[in-house]
Amino acid sequence: MADSTPGKRPLSPHLTIYRPQLTSVTSILTRITGNALLVGALLVVAWFLAASVSPAAFGAVDGLMTGWAGDLVMLLSLWALWYHALAGLRHLIWDAGFGLELETAERLGWGVIIGSVLLTILTLAII
Amino acid sequence: MSFLTAYKRAAGAGSARRGADRHWAQTVSSAGLLVLVPLFVFTFGPMLGRPHEEVVAYYARPFPAIVAVLTLLVGFLHFRNGVRVLIEDYVQGLAREVAIIVMAWLSYAAAATGIFAIARLAL
Repeated sequence: MADSTPGKRPLSPHLTIYRPQLTSVTSILTRITGNALLVGALLVVAWFLAASVSPAAFGAVDGLMTGWAGDLVMLLSLWALWYHALAGLRHLIWDAGFGLELETAERLGWGVIIGSVLLTILTLAII
Repeated sequence: MSFLTAYKRAAGAGSARRGADRHWAQTVSSAGLLVLVPLFVFTFGPMLGRPHEEVVAYYARPFPAIVAVLTLLVGFLHFRNGVRVLIEDYVQGLAREVAIIVMAWLSYAAAATGIFAIARLAL
């Protein structure tokens, strides 16, 4: 077995040396939106719990979620939900072995960004 | 083989040779959520900000209640796996283990609380 010291091992370049690209930015946003959705999800759980407890408790939580701060959190959560859903769909497509060519991957990235904004606007228009 | 350090060779460290089941669990739950999320958005969304009695009457109906239960259940299981990957990437040592355990508590507690509340509204 050839011996090697840690000093001679090749190190792969790390994230920071790369210029941000559409594929990397959309990938990082998938992680951020997925984990940030915890905030909105816990609010939804609190809303259901309050509704099951009493009209007064419901009024407090529902009022919080429909106030200006609540509106902002719910709007961002709605966008994050659509973004994460579309980005997840893109992962399912990639996992199935399709859309991995650079040009298609970039097009899918724009599809996720534009699609998430359009779905957010569409949802607000319908609801 | 020449890239292995003496420590790694002694410790037998290398590929974990497992973990595909966690990727598959995320694949299955994500496919479910692709169906559940739109249904939840368009059932829960119109109810947000409505009077209490209207919300209670709405969630007494089977379809919105079942959609909400499934979305919270599958969603929080999906979150539990997803946040674990995040923690494993950025948190080291004991804090990593504590964070994974706390997030598992939170995920199950939130799912259970939501399902209990919806059941209470529906029944």
